[in-house]
Amino acid sequence: MPTIRETFDRQIHKIENEILILGSMVEQAMRHAIDALLTHDIDAARQIYEQDMLINEKRFAIENAILIIIATQQPLARDLRVIASMLEITTELERMGDYAKGVAKVVTKLRGVEIPMPEKKLNLMCDITIDMLHRGLKAFLDQDVNQARIIPLDDDKVDTLYNEIYHEVVQIMIAAPENIDHANYLMWVAHNLERMADRVTNICERTVFIATGELLEISTTDDEDFDF
Amino acid sequence: MAVKIQVRNFNLFYGDFQALSNINIDIEENHITAIIGPSGCGKSTFVRSINRMNDLIPGVRTSGEILFEGKNLLEQNVVQLRKRIGMVFQRPNPFPKSVFDNVAYGPRGHGIHNPRQLAEIVENSLRDAALWDEVKDELDKSGLALSAGQQQRLCIARAIAVKPEVILMDEPASALDPLDTLRIEELMQILKQNYTIIIVTHNMQQAARASDFTAFFHMAEGGAGYLVEFGPTNSLFISPKEKLTEDYISGRFG
Repeated sequence: MPTIRETFDRQIHKIENEILILGSMVEQAMRHAIDALLTHDIDAARQIYEQDMLINEKRFAIENAILIIIATQQPLARDLRVIASMLEITTELERMGDYAKGVAKVVTKLRGVEIPMPEKKLNLMCDITIDMLHRGLKAFLDQDVNQARIIPLDDDKVDTLYNEIYHEVVQIMIAAPENIDHANYLMWVAHNLERMADRVTNICERTVFIATGELLEISTTDDEDFDF
Repeated sequence: MAVKIQVRNFNLFYGDFQALSNINIDIEENHITAIIGPSGCGKSTFVRSINRMNDLIPGVRTSGEILFEGKNLLEQNVVQLRKRIGMVFQRPNPFPKSVFDNVAYGPRGHGIHNPRQLAEIVENSLRDAALWDEVKDELDKSGLALSAGQQQRLCIARAIAVKPEVILMDEPASALDPLDTLRIEELMQILKQNYTIIIVTHNMQQAARASDFTAFFHMAEGGAGYLVEFGPTNSLFISPKEKLTEDYISGRFG
């Protein structure tokens, strides 16, 4: 026998799927942006700009669907926490899309510029961050609170890489002061990846909120703390 | 915050049928407490117990205590008690009398006959019930000639005319349209400054909007109503502690 909430549950499930798709689009955008950077592929960078428009469109479509649920179903209790969290997570994902676009912008800024890049570290930082996002969204959909508490711990690895890249970029600047502007763009890239990982922590906090009803910050050690 | 009413181990039976089982709850003074729960969970029976409306039903017996400012109201004089604890019902039920006489009815019954004093009480009560401006020029009109929303506010004016301390409301807005419902809810926010309000409602959004505390009642196997969860309205509707509350307010049953 269908329960009286069947329509509501179906609406929520549909939005969850859309969030998952949005997450995949963001993961792909960041991966392609870093690849474009490391291969100086301007065409690929332009495609990321186009992709970002699709990310924004999807974000608004999800937001609209959430507003309709709030208006028509007036969710309470866990439903309310899920829906409020979905709204928050959608915003986080859209901002991550902007970070990917920021990296693509650096690709165009570095057009024709010969500059050594911390290739391996940027790749690794990108891999870890995307993996965190992937697992963070899975934990959200599975309502896996344990995972949601564990995933932010990986942010320390991202912060460590950020510090290492920082020092490497400073070395590039010292070795060739004429590259200071260009090397600075590389800092943007690392910074965007670092921020993206932070936002995964925000997503994990929502998963904990849904389960416990408590809005708490999940603390990782040294948040982007430089060891100068 | 001060506790106005303390319900302690309260049980109520209709003959052999237990309608309420071991209710324990504190009602805060100058706050609005909402009672929610599925049909048959005893929420109306509970509220009716607080001003002894169930006394009239044959075969009703109770145990436990309902302490009203520390004294068990189950053992007090009913007429005096109802002066201090008024009630507003689901369907507006003005007397077939003028607006004025509806409001003056209670004070007259309590021995006030001075016309000037009565006029003052009627005006103040109608003002407090947010009805004065709409009826001040037709106080002689029959209460039954008012709109449903006005009739319900007239009933509120009638209830507060005897200066009660507590107002019980049993689904006060369920027969009203959304605008009149909002008027009643807004009125409750003003009234709570001077009164302690307990409202039974089927409308969860109304409980969420209009109350400070919410009690969720449910019935056990066999039908006896009991208190599942009680707490500040905000936390009960965002993060209820009991799964039964969660399921009820999310529409998973009931």
